[in-house]
Amino acid sequence: MNKEKILKKKVDMWPWAYLAPALLILGFFLVYPIINTIYLSLLDAKSEIFVGLSNYIFAFTRKPMLIAFRNNLLWLVFFTLFTVSLGLIFAVIFDRVRYESVVKSIIFLPMAISFVGAGVIWKFVYSYRPAGVAQIGVLNAILSNFKNFEPVGWLVNKGTNNFALIFVGIWIWVGFCMVILSASYKGIPKELIEASRVDGANEMQVFWRIIIPMMKPTIAVVATTMIINVLKVFDIVYVMTNGQFDTEVIANRMYKEMFQFHNFGRASAIAVILLLVIIPMMIVNVRRFRRQERS
Amino acid sequence: MKKIFIVFMVAVFAVSMMLAGTGCGEEAAAEEAAPGAVTVIGTWGGDELTSFQEAVFPFTEDTGIGMAFEGTRDLAAVLTTRVQAGNPPDIAILPNPGQMYELAEDDALVDISEFMDMNELNSNYAEAWLDLASYDDTLYGIFYKVANKSLIWYNPSAFSAGGYEVPADWDELIALSDKIVSDGGTPWAIGFESEAASGWPATDWIEDIMLRTAGPDVYDKWVNHEIPWTEEAVKEAWEVFGEIVLNEDYQYGGTTGTLTTNFGDAAAPLFTDPPGAYMHRQASFVTGFFPEGLEVGKDYDFFPFPSIDPEYGVPVLGGADLIVMLNDTPEAREFMKYLATAEPQEIWAASGGGFISPNKVVSIDAYPDELTKKMAEMVVNAEVFRFDASDLMPAAVGSGSFWTGALDFVGGTDLDTVLSEIEDSALDSY
Repeated sequence: MNKEKILKKKVDMWPWAYLAPALLILGFFLVYPIINTIYLSLLDAKSEIFVGLSNYIFAFTRKPMLIAFRNNLLWLVFFTLFTVSLGLIFAVIFDRVRYESVVKSIIFLPMAISFVGAGVIWKFVYSYRPAGVAQIGVLNAILSNFKNFEPVGWLVNKGTNNFALIFVGIWIWVGFCMVILSASYKGIPKELIEASRVDGANEMQVFWRIIIPMMKPTIAVVATTMIINVLKVFDIVYVMTNGQFDTEVIANRMYKEMFQFHNFGRASAIAVILLLVIIPMMIVNVRRFRRQERS
Repeated sequence: MKKIFIVFMVAVFAVSMMLAGTGCGEEAAAEEAAPGAVTVIGTWGGDELTSFQEAVFPFTEDTGIGMAFEGTRDLAAVLTTRVQAGNPPDIAILPNPGQMYELAEDDALVDISEFMDMNELNSNYAEAWLDLASYDDTLYGIFYKVANKSLIWYNPSAFSAGGYEVPADWDELIALSDKIVSDGGTPWAIGFESEAASGWPATDWIEDIMLRTAGPDVYDKWVNHEIPWTEEAVKEAWEVFGEIVLNEDYQYGGTTGTLTTNFGDAAAPLFTDPPGAYMHRQASFVTGFFPEGLEVGKDYDFFPFPSIDPEYGVPVLGGADLIVMLNDTPEAREFMKYLATAEPQEIWAASGGGFISPNKVVSIDAYPDELTKKMAEMVVNAEVFRFDASDLMPAAVGSGSFWTGALDFVGGTDLDTVLSEIEDSALDSY
């Protein structure tokens, strides 16, 4: 009896023994930094004096921060919308052509370029030269073929610059969305689509009533991944404008507060806000994975 | 708490270095100084470092004291870490006095007046230089390498072809700009883009103007935020700045051109035929960015940024590297004493590269060409020399809202909005 109890206890310890290294590493590299960041966000710039919520008040009231929030929202809407919808359209359309793999490779290729590299490349594309001089930026060079051409400062014009940056993000990520969605599209039983056609559905109906519902779980996963991605957007903005001319985003502001202004309190507060915004998305993702595992 | 975090990060770094194998072993060994040597840390690299090493060479020959130089672009972070870890280098070369004040406050610096010949220093340096190198009336360093920022570059051939003359004051400068416009040309080539540091060239303009419209005393108050950004004197300087940068006809490519052009490329239109622009305001180092094959005096030359209010004359705005001591060793003392003599500075001056010493023992003849001589004379004889204000302000202002504000102002945001936003950030940064 007693022996059995001890044995049982021993056995109960085993899972913990296996988990211990992972828990230890996670605790040290994830849980501890998070708790420390929250703690630092309540202190002043030099982490010496307790300042309560004033770093958070800064984050939600100051104009540079409000601009950053606005821009993150712009990114969230346009980036997610275009990467997912274009990815879906490409996946479905290119499935029907003979040179599918070539086209898909080309669209996927930007994924292989680092964000910093992409930023540098697109900075050249958006480059500005005065009217009358040879345009070295591809975009202005193309436009210069039209009549009444005025070169545009894509990255300094406050009407165009945010969209110019978002476009770079879409260019990089649309290939990723396409590949995942394409795999899911190819997983739809062909009999189902054929059956609907036999029943008299036209192509639009097939797309909206069969393909979309069948792909819904994958679309949701891709969309949430893109949202998490876009909330953390940093590299493109840092390289191309560094947040000047109203293109600031939350992550770039955090970097500035931390590494340029040495304001640990504010940088930590912004990090915590970013974390809180991303957590709901993570929960949605984790729940979906669990459901998929069960089924 | 932060200290623990830093120590932790260093530990992580050390472990990862060990895991990375021997790749960095050689570098680390090179930094370790032999006994009887001084360890020096600074941002210098490339030609600058070679020239500095040449300048130190006679010292090593005479005394047997060697120098182990550690170069880093991220001086502030490396130095902070080493000081906190109790392992500072003997000597540090700081790019601006701001960091010296921080180190002095942490008692990390050695009072050099204890062993340097103060009579000599007092006669060799203008008072302004010694004041700038002091904190709480204690002298902690010597200024070594000065950059002269109050320069307007022009192309003498293009000037004479157009019949233009070097202006003597601001009104003449504006008159000249108008004349160039009416002749169908563009007076100014300007570039404020500098990747993640975009905006700094604009702040240099404003600082130069501020020194000339408000004078050095108001300038100092402005730097220390003893007057708000919305003050009339500050506003006036920005308005004068606006006379040039808000005038689309004055700038090569208009305001969009100014905002999108990298500072290094900005001067290029001066050297095309016909010239795309005629004048370019930038510090002495800009010659390094000029196209190759240009001739000093014929293709390019400079005139001092002219006086605006005659009361304040022609002050010099600039930057300067300063040498401070963190460990009080006999070798480091000898090293500092040697650096303050004429020999190393004249060796460096002769090697070119735009080295200008604020030290009067350095003979003007030591500089290799007329252009550098002119710049050096401007610095040594300047009645008023002021440090680049944005380098002295807290980073959140000096390399944050001031840059952003200057760019927004050029982009068309109205002045009151710009200034009140900078003031907002200044209020909680000092």
